[in-house]
Amino acid sequence: MSQATLRVQKISGHAGSVPGEDTQREYQVCKLIDTTTCIGCKACEVACMEWNDLPFGQTVFDNTYQTMPETRWNYWNLILFNEHEKEDGSLMWLMRKNQCMHCADPGCLAACPAEGAIVQYTNGIVDFQQANCIGCGYCITGCPFDIPKMNPKTNRVFKCTLCTDRVSEGLEPACIKSCPTGCLHFGTKDDMLDLAQKRAKQLQEHSGYANAGVYDPPGVGGTGVIYVLHDATNPEAYGGLPANPSVPWSVRLWKGPLKWLGNAAMIGGLLGLFVHYLRVGPKAREDEDIQPLQGKQP
Amino acid sequence: MTTPHPERLAPHHRILRYAFHERAWHWVAGFSYIYLLLTGLAFWTPWLFWIAILLGGGQVSRMLHPWFGLIFAVAVAVMYFMWHAQMGITQVDKDWFNAVGHYARNEDDKMPPAGRYNAGQKSLFWGFVICGALMLLSGLVLWFPEYIPWSFRWLRYTAVLVHASSALLTIGLFLIHVYMGVFAERGAFGSVIRGDVSLQFAKRYHPGWYEEITGQPANPNPTNPK
Repeated sequence: MSQATLRVQKISGHAGSVPGEDTQREYQVCKLIDTTTCIGCKACEVACMEWNDLPFGQTVFDNTYQTMPETRWNYWNLILFNEHEKEDGSLMWLMRKNQCMHCADPGCLAACPAEGAIVQYTNGIVDFQQANCIGCGYCITGCPFDIPKMNPKTNRVFKCTLCTDRVSEGLEPACIKSCPTGCLHFGTKDDMLDLAQKRAKQLQEHSGYANAGVYDPPGVGGTGVIYVLHDATNPEAYGGLPANPSVPWSVRLWKGPLKWLGNAAMIGGLLGLFVHYLRVGPKAREDEDIQPLQGKQP
Repeated sequence: MTTPHPERLAPHHRILRYAFHERAWHWVAGFSYIYLLLTGLAFWTPWLFWIAILLGGGQVSRMLHPWFGLIFAVAVAVMYFMWHAQMGITQVDKDWFNAVGHYARNEDDKMPPAGRYNAGQKSLFWGFVICGALMLLSGLVLWFPEYIPWSFRWLRYTAVLVHASSALLTIGLFLIHVYMGVFAERGAFGSVIRGDVSLQFAKRYHPGWYEEITGQPANPNPTNPK
């Protein structure tokens, strides 16, 4: 969704400078999800579909309360329900609202070859522009969180926009507005980190969660969506939240050293052949006899 | 002296080098490769994305690239079955490679006697067969990345590297192939259009093949016997 009021600091598949880079004093926006106060009511799922006018799809029952196994191109916000056995043998429910993490260093954008199909605004939101998307699916490979999903009919990729349209008008994202327990917060990254750390401290000191902590993975430069977890040492327990996510090294290699090596080799090869033609030139004419080549015979 | 392959000899001192079906399949591969090269380069770097725009837009290029890839794969497979028996690496090929400096300096009289294909052409052939297979396999993964389950994501990670690396290798081979065929070795381009080359061409570059076809020594009076 294109937003004229938001300036762009990163563009996929873009040659040259980026128009919005360093032009605006802008706060990084951030969504804080406190998994310890989530009750799994799915109001955020409904609000997301409502606000973004997403078409209804069939849900999938897999013996949990979860709506479907994973997010879809038209279902961007999904609470993952995980039954977790505590050390004392008692059962605990870990519920995590899953959606795009809005990485500061987005792997989707790094992998995307189509100009302007993925942008990052100066406020940190990573947004897909379906009009420019060519449907290659490289973003699916670049993402460490398995978030971008292909619409098989249009061959365009979709995901959570962090309600770019609402945020650009000074509103909070739809999911935040709908949350009844206050486990979702929205504000600047600094404020949300501060709030998250205070909450984690509270959990450590007053609720007996010694390992409580904040999930803001540095491997992707930090994220525009952060979690408070009961046990920050085991994020995998929350429906496979990766402990140390980063852009896949093969994508880094492909878009970095391999690209420059390849470009240098292709340009060097062309130049080399041209210089060879200038210096050595073509071989003998087709009908020229072989004999003169073998030295003049007396 | 008898001629072992009179059907290969053409009027005006010429030899048929490539039959029609060989030329036709070569150009199926050639034209599909050029399309794949152009659209592939467009996806490779933002500085060349304009090529995709020129060829009908990014979406169209993304949609057609894999289909042209299939055409190219079929053509390479056919060329493999047509030519692989003649592409074995022999001692002459090893000598040829050791003498490749003379070849690059157009001192063709100092080259070991190549057969129908010299060592460079054989390398091109095997390079395209191997890289073609790698590009086909990785390309199938890249065609439908959304159907690769999350637990098999290593397939996608491998495919992007394999596809790009093998494509780069073929670009190197392609540049040399086009340079040799169109610019350097005069008469070679005609051989893949009309099919025939002069007797002198055959003697100079493929003396082994010349002797096989005509039954006559390519170098009756050698000053530089090998």
